[in-house]
Amino acid sequence: MGGSTASLRAYVITRVILMVPMLVLLLTFTFIILRVAPGDPVSTIYGERGNPQVIDRIKTELGLYDPLYVQYFRYLHDVFTGHMGTSILTQRPVIDEIWSRMPATIELTLSSMLVASVLGIGLGTFAGTRRDRLPDFGTRLYGALAYNIPIFWFGLILKLVFAVWLGWLPVSGRFSPRLSTPPTVTGLYTIDSLLALNLPAFADAVAHLILPSLTLGIVLSGFFVRITRVNVIHAMGSDYVEAARARGIPERSVFFRHGLKNALVPVITTMGLTFALLFSGAILTETVFSFEGMGRFVYLALSYRDYPAIQGAVVYYGILMVIISLMVDILNAFVDPRIRY
Amino acid sequence: MADWFARGRTSLVGRLFGTFLRQSRSIAGVLVWIGIAVVLAIIVMALLAPFLAPFDPNTKVADPELPPGGPFVMGTDRGGQDVLSRIIWGNRVPLAIIAVATTISLALGLPLGLLSGFAGGRLDRAILLVMDSIYAFPGLLLAIAIAAVIGRGILNVSFAIAVVYIPTYFRVIRNHVASVKEEPFVEAAIALGLPRRRVIGRYILPNVAQSIPVIFSVNAADAVLTEAGLAVLGLGLPPGIPDWGFDISLNWQRFDASWWATFFPGLFILILTTALTFVGEGLNDILNPLLRRRETKVGAEA
Repeated sequence: MGGSTASLRAYVITRVILMVPMLVLLLTFTFIILRVAPGDPVSTIYGERGNPQVIDRIKTELGLYDPLYVQYFRYLHDVFTGHMGTSILTQRPVIDEIWSRMPATIELTLSSMLVASVLGIGLGTFAGTRRDRLPDFGTRLYGALAYNIPIFWFGLILKLVFAVWLGWLPVSGRFSPRLSTPPTVTGLYTIDSLLALNLPAFADAVAHLILPSLTLGIVLSGFFVRITRVNVIHAMGSDYVEAARARGIPERSVFFRHGLKNALVPVITTMGLTFALLFSGAILTETVFSFEGMGRFVYLALSYRDYPAIQGAVVYYGILMVIISLMVDILNAFVDPRIRY
Repeated sequence: MADWFARGRTSLVGRLFGTFLRQSRSIAGVLVWIGIAVVLAIIVMALLAPFLAPFDPNTKVADPELPPGGPFVMGTDRGGQDVLSRIIWGNRVPLAIIAVATTISLALGLPLGLLSGFAGGRLDRAILLVMDSIYAFPGLLLAIAIAAVIGRGILNVSFAIAVVYIPTYFRVIRNHVASVKEEPFVEAAIALGLPRRRVIGRYILPNVAQSIPVIFSVNAADAVLTEAGLAVLGLGLPPGIPDWGFDISLNWQRFDASWWATFFPGLFILILTTALTFVGEGLNDILNPLLRRRETKVGAEA
């Protein structure tokens, strides 16, 4: 037992150390895209008609004429000290904007992940245990459609039906303006309102969260259905399940303790990869529902060609992704001991 | 015909096609045929757009936001343009973009995967790290970042989408190569002292090529969605070119008043992506020998 914990600790440490080159790589990549590509932020903002002398002066002030390696190290320094410039659109530091919007995106992605896991693993298991029968085909069709639906369009339909026509749920936003927001602890309205024991606020936050997380969750569940189904089929046809059956273990127990348990390991592994998908989807979902998170920030920044904001968003999304992939890898190592060795 | 292709071991394409024909009467085969038929129909629709479209897609032909009916089968949009005509025209350029983008991804991902999987060691780990970093990054955001910097335009959008999908090709090919490399016939070829290029070209590539059509169709479906996502966010093609995604971005704010102008373009995106996925999944069932073996095993038990 002791050896196993030690190897898990060793794995976590290596993984954390590996995070550094990944981060540097990602930041370098962003730097190359933003600096080496034709065009620069100043000329873009001031346009062709801008006074060349003014543009020149601003460029010198921003250090755009310095050698690239100087710019590169200054950029790394700025990223790690949180100096990502000022948003042209809101005139606030980009880092502040990101901090105030990140919780909304985290709230949305986590609740969507919940919807996707419950729907995807449930339906995938249902289909996998009824292979090649009608329920299997129905579920596979659901999986294919859900995965391929344009998320923006799907969100619009849900919004039109459940918010506009039926009026069951709020049309957009994160919180009703008539209620006062709970004191900020985590920034997640659902958790903050629970901490403040403010039930009406909690109900309001959840109501605003339902449609966006259903949109994103259902789309992602298409992927989970596929992965779960294949792995359940694979596990239930494996030798260890046959061996368990041969030992006379009741089918129920064979299914849950031997089949499903092993089938879910690769599902958890792939869950980590789906976070990238989730964040992509969140950009579109937040736009449909005017959900003031990072995705909506990216959309607004793009619409107004707000380059410091775009750059900041890309960088911090990248850092978030690296941290998430680290957590997923550690979770995987915890679930599947083979990974540690 | 199927036997002829199966026997004709002359070419890679012939061999793949032979396997495909022999297997295509299964359910997976039916899926592939439906998928191919729909994709072809959409391509034909794009090619024949000038003859099929009842109206010019870029001119105001009636009052804005007329509901479906009469001469306007799918109604008119905010600008009084015919929705059906815009849909018929609206996949020409996106289809071209997706073809270009997936080809670029393949052209870069395949050699990198072959190299990385075959060479192994430090080079392999270095390329893997780069590719994994790209892969872990949200695809749409990556495409947004690239498109925002290099600007609109057909080639720019193609390039932005291509970068997103290089790691997918790379990953599958690399893992496949790494496992094929351990097979006795490859080891024998290396032991015989054949030049590396020949070992890869003659012994490894034909054995990993079966995954290419599968990734290609699945990726194409993803690329359609990414292209539409970029268009919806206003980063797609220059205005004036009919595009399903762009039409959604034009009309979505009026969705509750004139749902048809947004609903039909989205529906066509869904039809195209689902058809492409059918092709990919069906091909996977047919061409992937591992899955097939499992199939026969399960069949024998039942």
